Amino acid sequence: MLLTGADIFAEVLVEQGVDTLFGYPGGAVLNLYDSLYHYRDKIHHVMTAHEQGAAHAADGYARATGKTGVVLATSGPGATNLVTGIATAYMDSIPMVAITGNVGTSLIGRDSFQEVYITGITMPITKHNFVVRKVDELADILRDAFRIAQTGRKGPVLVDIPKDVTSAKAEFVPKKPQIPEMHTYIEQKDLEQAAEMINAAERPVIYFGGGVSASQAGEELLELARKAEIPAAYTIMAAGVLGYGDPLNMGLLGMHGNRTTNWAVNEADLVLAIGTRFSDRVALNPDQFAKRAKILQIDIDPSEINKNVEVDHSLVGDVKQVLQQLLPLVKPAKHPDWMALVQSWQAQDYHPKNSSTRITPHQLIGKICELAGPDAVYVTDVGQHQMWAAQYIRHIRPRSFLTSGGLGTMGFGYGAAIGAKLAVGDRPVIHLTGDGSFHMNLNEACTAVSYDLPIITVIFNNTVLGMVRQWQTAFYEKRYSSTDPHRKTNYVKLAEGFGAKGYHCESVAEFAQAFEQALKSKGPVWIECVIDKDEKVLPMIPAGGTIEDMIMD
Amino acid sequence: MQKEVLSILVDNHSGVLTRVASLFGRRGFNIDSLTVSTTDDPKTSRITIVVHDDAKVLEQIIKQTARLEETQQIFSLDASHSLLRELLLVKIEADEKNRTEVREIAEIYKAKIIDLSRESMVMELTGEPDKIDGFLDVLSPYKILEMCRTGVTALERGGIQKHPRVK
Repeated sequence: MLLTGADIFAEVLVEQGVDTLFGYPGGAVLNLYDSLYHYRDKIHHVMTAHEQGAAHAADGYARATGKTGVVLATSGPGATNLVTGIATAYMDSIPMVAITGNVGTSLIGRDSFQEVYITGITMPITKHNFVVRKVDELADILRDAFRIAQTGRKGPVLVDIPKDVTSAKAEFVPKKPQIPEMHTYIEQKDLEQAAEMINAAERPVIYFGGGVSASQAGEELLELARKAEIPAAYTIMAAGVLGYGDPLNMGLLGMHGNRTTNWAVNEADLVLAIGTRFSDRVALNPDQFAKRAKILQIDIDPSEINKNVEVDHSLVGDVKQVLQQLLPLVKPAKHPDWMALVQSWQAQDYHPKNSSTRITPHQLIGKICELAGPDAVYVTDVGQHQMWAAQYIRHIRPRSFLTSGGLGTMGFGYGAAIGAKLAVGDRPVIHLTGDGSFHMNLNEACTAVSYDLPIITVIFNNTVLGMVRQWQTAFYEKRYSSTDPHRKTNYVKLAEGFGAKGYHCESVAEFAQAFEQALKSKGPVWIECVIDKDEKVLPMIPAGGTIEDMIMD
Repeated sequence: MQKEVLSILVDNHSGVLTRVASLFGRRGFNIDSLTVSTTDDPKTSRITIVVHDDAKVLEQIIKQTARLEETQQIFSLDASHSLLRELLLVKIEADEKNRTEVREIAEIYKAKIIDLSRESMVMELTGEPDKIDGFLDVLSPYKILEMCRTGVTALERGGIQKHPRVK
């Protein structure tokens, strides 16, 4: 059938199984929006307050579901406003398709109104990007974009469509979506070598990251850990993959990880790095990381092998498939001396002190977990509250701790929470934020109100940029340069101004009451919690340091 | 530090050179020379890049380039089994006093004189990069007015060698 580019765009979205789309209209995408009007029964378009919010929403939707998130923006500023959202998805390997309109092909390169070279701008932060020059290419390019986003190591893809391409017509032939299948083939001798390393280890540790989550390999990981009795530590990207009650789950690793995980990696004779990339927030000092251990790395991306830390052996492939092939070769083992050592470290782990007179971060998070229940999805912004959330949330389902790990994007949370809420339906979505992060994109409250999304935002308000201030305290002799903005924001009134509900709490008891009300709400709720500005995220290993440098108070 | 000649087969799309060059730029890989042209297959271009770095960085360069969607193949050329060629154009200040000696040098190196004026001479030389370096060294006593080198382009000797396809 002969269709316009705009209708082809809508047809391909439907064909690819897209039922929710985040975006913001504008001149260059008028034709696309006209098609979305006709396809409104099949594709739910969610309009945000700002394109950045739409990009984070598509990202949050993808993180919560594993499906590809889709975002649409107009040319020029619409396109550039996506950039932070695309980079956030890129750093955390989140499948996303970003579609931008552009000025007509005859106007390209002439500095036309709302023209930018968005494919040039996004080249380093996308897996790939396309400019559609002819309407005949549009359908296949969009299909390629979906395929690339989900193939191998996942990530964002951008498709730039000039306006005249959306009005031109082409023959459209429907096709079934190509589901990218991953076939991991690993030489038997490489599998055997890996298994021998595991079987020979006396002090093994698993260090795993977001790749385990992306590959949905939690079960295989647990099986490996149990079969060979290997205690495991995770990066922030893999929170929730292993259950918290499991004695083999040691907890968070790295800069704000606990003492036990960091000691265990330091003392191990074998580190199995699974779906992770030795970032500078975990391998803080790459030359000293796991210095007594042989390292076996399993990852889908060959370029991650030996990138930051030299490894002794590697298996490249989909984590789930690699583990399935490896497991039969791994011998059941027990490491009682090693486990006893791990337990002795656990006895010395950092434990924050409770207070009965003020709200402490760990007590607040404990209360949230208790009231929100095991099904909650947690979405964070970036800063101290994010680290506290990673440290103290004690029951997370897979795909239920959504956080900007790699890029560390303040302002990620509200948009991502909107995307997550649209993805998970009745499960509670709790957006944890700080007063710094929240001010960046709180405008998305209007979106949550428009679409009746009962997202509960808990604002850890310490009135300062706590994480930066913590570094100023520790490393800059308390010269608090530009971290105390003396803002006078009244969150209750501001929430009400948006048409949401706001609470102000100064005690955990007040918070519990507000939160219980919020869980019953049909729309968005903000709960501001007053936190002492000197609260720190502990323990902490300074950048570039080792476990020997760990700060405990 | 080791020198490496990388042969990269890529989709012949507009912007593919930018992608490769931008990757090298943002990852901090230094390019000594780069040439690009289409191949016998109009859908494929060959980029030949000469880099020098330590082995670990070279491994990353190859893996990162392989990751690009439009990279079909990338391999490093073994100098002893490869033909490396470069073209030089060099303009020398030469008048009736020294024209003969410059011509003699050109003859020894089998360089062609492709332009002559009363005070200058342009020579063309094709060869391995070392030969071109040697030629320029011999010309150093003369005044070089302008010059340019194309950078290395290269093929392996013998029939088609098998290299793993990235895509």
